Amino acid sequence: MAIDTDDDIKPPLKERLSAQMSKLGNDIQGSQAWSSIFRPGSIFRKGYTDSPRNRSYVIMNSVMYHLHPVKVKRHAVKVSYTLCLGGLTFFLFILLTITGIFLMFFYRPTAAAAWDDIYTLQTSVTFGLLVRNMHRWAAHLMVLTVFLHMARVFYHGAYKPPREFNWVIGVILLTLTLLLSFTGYLLPWDQLALWAVTVGTNMMGYTPVFGDQVRFVLLGGFDIGTDTLLRWYVLHVLMLPFVAVIFMAIHFWRVRKDGGISGPL
Amino acid sequence: MVEVPEHLRKRAEEARAKAEAAKAAAPGGDAAASDEPETTEAQAATTPDSGDAASKIPAHLLERSRAAKAAAAGQADAPAAAAPAAAPAAAAAASAATGPGGHTQRLLTVVKSGSIQDVKSMPQDKVHVWPHLLVVEFAAALFITAFSTIFSIFVNAPLLELANFNETPNPSKAPWYFLGLQELLTMFHPMVAGVTIPGIGIFLLILAPYIDKNPSNKPEDRKFAISLMTIHLMFWAVLVMIGSFFRGPGFNFVFPWEAGLFFEL
Repeated sequence: MAIDTDDDIKPPLKERLSAQMSKLGNDIQGSQAWSSIFRPGSIFRKGYTDSPRNRSYVIMNSVMYHLHPVKVKRHAVKVSYTLCLGGLTFFLFILLTITGIFLMFFYRPTAAAAWDDIYTLQTSVTFGLLVRNMHRWAAHLMVLTVFLHMARVFYHGAYKPPREFNWVIGVILLTLTLLLSFTGYLLPWDQLALWAVTVGTNMMGYTPVFGDQVRFVLLGGFDIGTDTLLRWYVLHVLMLPFVAVIFMAIHFWRVRKDGGISGPL
Repeated sequence: MVEVPEHLRKRAEEARAKAEAAKAAAPGGDAAASDEPETTEAQAATTPDSGDAASKIPAHLLERSRAAKAAAAGQADAPAAAAPAAAPAAAAAASAATGPGGHTQRLLTVVKSGSIQDVKSMPQDKVHVWPHLLVVEFAAALFITAFSTIFSIFVNAPLLELANFNETPNPSKAPWYFLGLQELLTMFHPMVAGVTIPGIGIFLLILAPYIDKNPSNKPEDRKFAISLMTIHLMFWAVLVMIGSFFRGPGFNFVFPWEAGLFFEL
């Protein structure tokens, strides 16, 4: 029993290990749990091959089917046509949601605490400054991409029948984006925020007939104060994103219902 | 001419070659197999001698069919006492249903698809969303994430001193996307600049697809619409730029290269 090593014809450890590993991988991929998570067509499923059938299943059997059809017109995937502006806008919205949730953990919307919270976030929270920067710049970028997306759609005549109504929803989304950006502008409660919002709300106070009421509702009082901050905070983090998400869902759904993106020029 | 990607063309060629090889290997094989259970004794007698078609039937299939027939004949003899009429009746029916030359169906007429079906959409050149569109979208998402992250590492979002109601900064500016409106404020009554003009602007924008009845989306057919939109966009772009960079203390006109920048994002 003692002499067991010299003429042992076991393959070297490295090979045995890699064989074990590939067997393990095979077992995991073959398990019921795995194949219940990764539906047919998933690139992680056992035996995935790049076939037209699987290319269709990738979309049909995943949540992507809510957003994309299985096939699109060939010209629709040309970046030079859309410049990806609508998609970038949507992605910036997601990025803003993620960074915004992070910021919410460190922020209290009261006149006494807001500025200090932002300052502490920047100086004492890990990645706090970076995430706030990202939120700020992504917000400005989103206003820009929404504008450019609108211009792109107009110059391609993509608002024409059958896409008229989707253009209307798009304009609503444009104003929602501006409102989202504007309500967020007040939240740092610094001199820039206060006076920019003062200028903006003074302008809205000139709405004919019920201008004073509009201003009162927006400010939660006669002047900008802690009530305004709370009001704009709720608008910014909850109400406007909620409304925007609904309109976005309709917007994307209409893109597909109206036959995909507009044809080549 | 549609561009076919190199790897797809190769794959199609391989598939075609494989299909042809398969066709050459087993012609009539399927037919023999499907006919097998129904062949009457008379037809079976002629099969082995019937020239080309029969010679292509693989030997093992012929053998199997012969064995099956032998078994059937044996069976037909055995239960003959129990159901004497059944087997001959079935054979007679089968031979009556086949026409001359053993055909079991005949062509009545050819109906072209256009005469019954109303073809509303022509087949289009389409590509799979996976991978063609999703890869582009993923790249765009990566790009915008990388861009905002890197930009945020190097450029900090502004945080001025705590909001102070007793100290109005000079100049006080709205967020950049409202600076066009603030610029209008220098020319018009606040109600006109802050409510009427942007209100009418957004209203017209929403109505664009219902006003513009021109069905074409070709730029050469839409010179008026394109000119109008370009003027409109340029109007706001110029106003925003003047408001952003050319307005100094007291919102008076300055040159940024002389007086410096009065602009915070």
